[in-house]
Amino acid sequence: MTLRLRAAIVSIALLALFLGVWHLATRSTGAAANMSPEYAKLMGLTATQGKSAMPGPLDVGAKLWEHLKRPFYDNGPNDKGLGIQLAYSIGRVGLGYFIAVLVAIPLGFMIGMSPLISKALDPFIQVLKPISPLAWMPLALYTIKDSSISAIFVIFICSVWPMLLNTAFGVASVRKEWINVARTLEVGTLRRAFTVILPAAAPTILTGMRISIGIAWLVIVAAEMLVGGTGIGYFVWNEWNNLSITNVIIAILLIGIVGMLLDQILARFARMVTFPE
Amino acid sequence: MTDKFISIEGIARRYPAAGGGSTTIFENLWLSMARGEFGCIIGHSGCGKTTVLNILAGLDEPSEGAVIVDGRAIEGTSLDRAVIFQSHALLPWRTVLGNVAYAVSSKWRKWDRARVKAHAQKFIDLVGLTGSEHKHPSELSGGMKQRVGIARALSITPKIMLMDEPFSALDALTRGTLQDEVRRICLETGQTTFMITHDVDEAIFLADKIFLMTNGPGAVLAEIVENPLPKHRDRIDLHRHPYYYALRNHIVDFLVSRSKTFAADVGDHDPRNVPTVRPGLPELVIASGAEPHPQTSWPGLSRPSTST
Repeated sequence: MTLRLRAAIVSIALLALFLGVWHLATRSTGAAANMSPEYAKLMGLTATQGKSAMPGPLDVGAKLWEHLKRPFYDNGPNDKGLGIQLAYSIGRVGLGYFIAVLVAIPLGFMIGMSPLISKALDPFIQVLKPISPLAWMPLALYTIKDSSISAIFVIFICSVWPMLLNTAFGVASVRKEWINVARTLEVGTLRRAFTVILPAAAPTILTGMRISIGIAWLVIVAAEMLVGGTGIGYFVWNEWNNLSITNVIIAILLIGIVGMLLDQILARFARMVTFPE
Repeated sequence: MTDKFISIEGIARRYPAAGGGSTTIFENLWLSMARGEFGCIIGHSGCGKTTVLNILAGLDEPSEGAVIVDGRAIEGTSLDRAVIFQSHALLPWRTVLGNVAYAVSSKWRKWDRARVKAHAQKFIDLVGLTGSEHKHPSELSGGMKQRVGIARALSITPKIMLMDEPFSALDALTRGTLQDEVRRICLETGQTTFMITHDVDEAIFLADKIFLMTNGPGAVLAEIVENPLPKHRDRIDLHRHPYYYALRNHIVDFLVSRSKTFAADVGDHDPRNVPTVRPGLPELVIASGAEPHPQTSWPGLSRPSTST
């Protein structure tokens, strides 16, 4: 039996164990004794059947199936299919992240190639980098005056730093001998940047991009809880206000799956530019 | 006056020292080579050999003095001077063909793809890598990587080929094969070559002129040794040549003892007129037919005469 197969069996066993414990912990324990019928009616199943307020795996499964059957319905502002909500979130992350790529990679190149710019910009980067992206939100809302664009700005600001620093580091640490090869061949600065520095730094740049997409996906949920309206983050908060824990759990699961997919896409790109030494 | 294709004129290289002064690696270094010559520079680590080569390549600049190649002072790097790096320095994301083609298209920017490829292929064939064009450097052995490095350097048909200990990272067998190839190519193409080495036998086999440098800091070019062995020499019976041991012992003696004490021994050393030595057959003649027995007839025991 291969290692892969054995690992898969253990994974499935762990999942089954988790679901089993979950099911047992949240199941009904039968009718609660001695309760006046009127009071019982008032209290609902949770009190009368001893059922936990926490949904069990079967409830979540049933609800998830319901969502998956109709992912794109739109019944007005507070009732949209999960597909639509996820699409909004992915769209915001994609846009903010794309703008961050456009800024971070050229700027990172400049910082990596010029010790002067590197030293001059360093204090700014050191101060701006540790700021929680959500701290920018009020300022963004005030200046941009549009909650949706503010969310995109927050995604931009949180994903720009890892890409910027990794690009600068990757460019600055391109092997001297490769640079020397380009120099002895009288390769011009621009051609050198594209034919030597970019391919040499690409794995490091992609690592930064992969870290960034992870952070962006973490931040979008929080940002959408604040700005409201649409998106998976807003959905989580809305369902919390509805006290639908089932939907909250489903949203959590989907956030995890989408985050994994985004990471896998970037990992695939990273493999494409990696070269064996 | 001989033809000076390469002329290093009074160069010095100094680095700022920690205490505010400067450390002189070498100064007032004069050296010249004729077109088509193969020069080897030998000296201990730290004598500035690599710095001299980097200055010749244009990768480093002398603190003083100038280097003239083919009648012109050099300024920066040039496609006329190809470098073969010790670490081969291939671009790992390009194939063998890609690495050579990169050099070719850098020299002839207007050439179309097919012409670049054909030209690159010619040099890949020359170094015996036919069939490995589409491999990446990580799939090649150390010797094959260095062959690619040689093909890349030759492909731009440089006026000078500069080699920085090109074979030092290779095993002895591969090194021998590559030395043979380099010698063959240099003889065929009349390539002017300047090489750094630590290996005395390598220098004897390859070089026409061997430059001996004293220990640094403050290294000087002590002697130029002219290789007395015939131009067409073979690795197999090189060591049977009557001049071989005279030459080898002279160089080894220098490296072992004289490189340390040279400055003290020779008070009036003129760096502009470095003595040229031609270790040759000394007084004793090896009896014909009889193999010279090393214990009784070490030709190198007698110091060769020096002439300026």
